[in-house]
Amino acid sequence: MFRSRKRPALLSILGVVFVCLLVAWLIVNAIKTPTDFFNVLLIGITQGSVYALVALGYTLVYGILQLINFAHGDVFALSGLFSTTVILSWFGLSDASTTLGIVVGLGATFVIVAAFGGLVNSTIEFVAYRRLRNAPRLAVLITAVGMSFIIQNISLAIYGVNAHSIPPLISSNNIFTIGGVHYAWDAFFVILVTAPVLVLLSWLVKSTRQGKSMRATSQDPEAAAIMGIDVNRTISFTFVLAGALAGIAGVLYLVEFNMRYDTGFQLGLIAFTAAVLGGIGNLTGAVVGALLIGLIQAFNEGLSWLAPGSDWTRSLVFAILIAILVFRPEGLLGERTPEGA
Amino acid sequence: MGPRARQLRARVSAQKNRVAKSARLDQLAAQWRRIPSGYRGWAPFLILVSLAITYPFYVANLPTNIPVILTLPTVHDTVTILVFVVMAVGLNVVVGYAGLLDLGYVAFYAIGAYTAGWLASGQFQQVNFHFGAVGVGSSETGIHISVWLVLLIAGVVTAIGGILIGLPTLRLRGDYLAIVTLGFGEIIPQFVRNADNLHGFDLTHGTFGISPIDAPGFGLTLHNALGLPIRYDDSFPPTPDRLFFWTVLGILLLTIFCSMRLRDSRLGRAWIAIREDETAAGAMGIPLMRTKTWAYAIGAFFGGIAGAYVATFNSGAFPSQFDFNISIFLLCMVILGGMGSIWGVVLAGTILAWLNVEGLANIGSWLNSNVFPSSHQIDVPKYEFGIYGVIIVLMMLFRPVGLIPERRRKREIEEGTRGSLDEPLYEMRGADEPGAGERGESGRIPRG
Repeated sequence: MFRSRKRPALLSILGVVFVCLLVAWLIVNAIKTPTDFFNVLLIGITQGSVYALVALGYTLVYGILQLINFAHGDVFALSGLFSTTVILSWFGLSDASTTLGIVVGLGATFVIVAAFGGLVNSTIEFVAYRRLRNAPRLAVLITAVGMSFIIQNISLAIYGVNAHSIPPLISSNNIFTIGGVHYAWDAFFVILVTAPVLVLLSWLVKSTRQGKSMRATSQDPEAAAIMGIDVNRTISFTFVLAGALAGIAGVLYLVEFNMRYDTGFQLGLIAFTAAVLGGIGNLTGAVVGALLIGLIQAFNEGLSWLAPGSDWTRSLVFAILIAILVFRPEGLLGERTPEGA
Repeated sequence: MGPRARQLRARVSAQKNRVAKSARLDQLAAQWRRIPSGYRGWAPFLILVSLAITYPFYVANLPTNIPVILTLPTVHDTVTILVFVVMAVGLNVVVGYAGLLDLGYVAFYAIGAYTAGWLASGQFQQVNFHFGAVGVGSSETGIHISVWLVLLIAGVVTAIGGILIGLPTLRLRGDYLAIVTLGFGEIIPQFVRNADNLHGFDLTHGTFGISPIDAPGFGLTLHNALGLPIRYDDSFPPTPDRLFFWTVLGILLLTIFCSMRLRDSRLGRAWIAIREDETAAGAMGIPLMRTKTWAYAIGAFFGGIAGAYVATFNSGAFPSQFDFNISIFLLCMVILGGMGSIWGVVLAGTILAWLNVEGLANIGSWLNSNVFPSSHQIDVPKYEFGIYGVIIVLMMLFRPVGLIPERRRKREIEEGTRGSLDEPLYEMRGADEPGAGERGESGRIPRG
């Protein structure tokens, strides 16, 4: 545990070579097809923002419980599917609604779905993980896998196997077009929602009393308890926060894509990869990692020169995950820990 | 004779009967005790095995209206069930003995199946290689190696695959390992799905899979000498199913035997030591990486054999078989049975695999016709993995040691150890207890 382990030189060199090749590939593509390159770049950032919200949920929970909450992706999917009910049945929004109606309706949807996501996530914690506080970590991890399937099947039972979508509430007209590079309103909307949420989260964790107790609990739960922090409540709060982020991400995902009961599993794995890439437990890292993964995915699917194409996206993302864990298990922004060494 | 006397007489004769019966029982018991105690423990096992071997002969005569489960599985389905049990026993080596959470076991299954596909089919039309294959004309293109040999080769190839996957990842601890194995479990199926055009080379035939794959058999010489079947699939049903069934039963028994012997070997004890406390095991001189890699390789070996066997049984290897769900399904068997407990895993594996192939559909149709009103019919098999999820969570919450706990594992869970993954998330002990306030070794460096 305490022996210092130097990273083998070969691995470092391989890592550097790999990154250099990647950069070279991007530059060649940018020169060959600049329009595609920048279009794809914008898509990647949009996609990355959604991943960031989900990845933050993984990182928050991991930071406090050292638990990979496998069920998180499925909470995201369930919340997203729930938002279709809210938008279509409760508010009856459609692309024919007035602008005011859409703004108010979507605003309310975000609040309701975030609350729903938080509720589901904290229920999972309350029902399953809390009882296993003194159990081996393997047991909790396995329970998380089980919960993931339970939530996925709840989605399946309620929403069936078909993909669900919402009407195009946000216009997909372009904000600007510069020499063939388009940027549409719906893509901008995703950033417009994500950015304030990230600022708010950062403020919550850094400056509030609750955030302080979260940080204290993640450092040392016993000491935090001695200092009068209600550890269980803090953990619950973290799950609520993670679930709320997943809920918001679910609505944003629907702005651009369809959603099915099993969407969450795949997306959850990608988001988890993002969290690991950035350094799990590190909030900034999760956002950086998510943007990178979003970009990698978009580049892979959108570029033409030597790009493997969308068939290989998942393989690529997991290959990256494995590569990070082998070359730099602490992630881009994380600190070295015994666990990840 | 009055009624009273008659009553009395009846009572006396009943008493006599009872005495006679108990005397006979005593005699039986005495004979039973004369068998050395070492052999006596094998009796239930032998009874079970003989019941299993003769299963194809009496299954057709069993009732088909048993409440709840309706029927017992057909011979065809039992082959699939037993293959899953073989894999579960293999996974048990990794998860149960060595305590390494592997969420990508399906990758081994896939490698095994595709190895069989490559070495015993007409997939590679460019070459024409025959070695001991039965019932394949010498003019047929492709690689055709005897299926028995292919099973072994598939095991070895998969074990090598396991080592290759293990070498970079086994340095990681616990949950990182779980996620990396999960990554491999996702990549390999996608690879086989997409690898039909690697620079024009068709390696896996994409989503169509490799089919047909040669069947096992003993060839003409052995057929004439011992009456063994020439080729499993060329006789009429139900014979091929029976032959496949007996073979997989043999493979399972062999797997169980190897698994038991391994557990008690030096290597097995090293695994258990690592599971209980990796740091202490390392300090005692156990080579951690090598021991863990062995666990991986051996687990993979069984997975590979099972995969190759499924491929030859179905006469094809298809990418849709290798879903992530299979990994969870197998993990569920190990957990339900009791991590590290061979008989538990065999029992749980049989039950769950049966639920998978027939049970849930049967139970579902029974429920729909007897419990649920016709207006609220439920498609039970649709929620298969939800049900497994519930099983996993309930087991973890209420009986983490499994159905048939392994003695040692049970003690570990009850008394606790200091292994990396056996360490509690939080130890909320009273302040006056010893060790209160101590951080376990997973104590983390503070982060924002």
